[in-house]
Amino acid sequence: MLCQICKEHEATIHLTEISDGKRVEMHLCQGCAVEQGIAAKSQMSLNELLSNLLASAPADDEIAIDSQKDVVCPCCGYTLEQFRKESLLGCPNDYEVFEKALTPLIEKAHQSSTTHCGKVPVSAPADTKRQTELLAMKQKLETSIKAEDYETAAHLRDKINKLEN
Amino acid sequence: MKLTDISNDVNEWFNGTGPLADVVISSRIRLARNLAGHKFLTRCSDEEKTQILEKLRQVVMALDLGDKIFYMSVDKAPVLDRNFLVERHLISRNHAFGKGPRGAVIAKSQCFTAMINEEDHLRLQVLKAGLQLSACYEQINKIDDMIEKKLKFAFSPKFGYLTACPTNLGTGIRISVMLHLPALKMTGQIEKFLNAAKDLDLAVRGLFGEGTEATGDFYQLSNQVTLGISEIEMVERFEKEIIPEIAQFEQAARKKLLLSQSSLLDDKISRAMALLKSAHLISSQEALLLLSHLRLGINMHEHMGALTPGIESIYALAAGEGSSEKLSIRTINRLFLLTLPAHLQVNSGKILDPADRDALRAKIIRSTLSSNS
Repeated sequence: MLCQICKEHEATIHLTEISDGKRVEMHLCQGCAVEQGIAAKSQMSLNELLSNLLASAPADDEIAIDSQKDVVCPCCGYTLEQFRKESLLGCPNDYEVFEKALTPLIEKAHQSSTTHCGKVPVSAPADTKRQTELLAMKQKLETSIKAEDYETAAHLRDKINKLEN
Repeated sequence: MKLTDISNDVNEWFNGTGPLADVVISSRIRLARNLAGHKFLTRCSDEEKTQILEKLRQVVMALDLGDKIFYMSVDKAPVLDRNFLVERHLISRNHAFGKGPRGAVIAKSQCFTAMINEEDHLRLQVLKAGLQLSACYEQINKIDDMIEKKLKFAFSPKFGYLTACPTNLGTGIRISVMLHLPALKMTGQIEKFLNAAKDLDLAVRGLFGEGTEATGDFYQLSNQVTLGISEIEMVERFEKEIIPEIAQFEQAARKKLLLSQSSLLDDKISRAMALLKSAHLISSQEALLLLSHLRLGINMHEHMGALTPGIESIYALAAGEGSSEKLSIRTINRLFLLTLPAHLQVNSGKILDPADRDALRAKIIRSTLSSNS
């Protein structure tokens, strides 16, 4: 059987989708399946993974990236276009400058986390440590509310209140 | 210090000791750091890279680590030396063959390396034998603290330690455990391990050889998430949950081999022994695979008291001739390292083409096995 998209190669991937009670069958070759995002390649380099994440980001993320398309970091002169190509940022300040565009990507790479939890430099001002803890707790609070774990949530809320005052 | 000072023996973390040593070869932790007030390396001129290199080199070389340390200019080192350091897991392949001014501070025990100007300004690494992640973290955290007293790292309260690639953001920690899983492979269960790792968002790579292919049943398991979970939580997750579970899985497969598939086990071990003792040309790939089977036999004997005809073949001559030294895991590990391409060349003091390497490799293995067994 030939691939129903390119009609050139032998179809090796057969997919049956049932939606709204309707049954749709698809027969694709490896190449077209990869293009359709159906068959994942077995080995993917980090760079590829990142550019795929960027490319396959849902509409909201695209808007986020597009909204900062013309932004240039005043510290290093970097743009998101360069990041797309290299998958590496230009300077620490980029995280602040491109925060809006980078957040969806960071969430994907770190199981939906966007806030640091862990070590704070010994030399950092006392307030930095408190801020880091506060942000980490707020993120945990959000997760526990989503998971309907209200007991943990209540406990975290009290801790946050205490830290904030 | 010269490379030949360390090139003839195994590193401390590869001597076959430590907790769960029958399955876990070694534990490694890396931390990624960047200096505040400098651009990431992608945007640095060679001049700025040299400045960063000098700042970090001076601070790291002055640390009191209780171990002799030496510095190597990686960008100026011959290709063979760089390959040697990669084979020893002292620097990464990226660091060895990257661009621009860069260097490495290496402890003589080979348990600590600071890679300067790899992907980030600084990548610290600590290695220990067996499953010793907490000890690795304790040590690397202390070193990190000592450096932070002298230099300021790029850090934000929201995102943590800022790294050139967003995939390392937060703690910047990369935990890697090197595993030997020959019985899972022989019993056809390695896919289960690979799938479980994928479900847990862990990366699996090979330990030896190029690329990600796992040669000789050696796997390296690492975390990918670095944001939103603390260093200590991640270390504990590996040390108390993930790795002991994998070790049990491998140990159960070894028992299964012994109880119900002993012919398969004996066949693999006896063939490996026979080939290694008689081959005159052997590729690095084949050597890794066969040595892996010997390693399994010795581990099953030492940790499970197993003594099958195949395992006996490893020790056969020792009993007959009353040889002084029994073939040990340390000896096998030494063969793993010393027969890698760059090791063969550093130790023989010259560049060898692949055919000469295959002959020398076979010779080293033959003479070691006949003097030990």
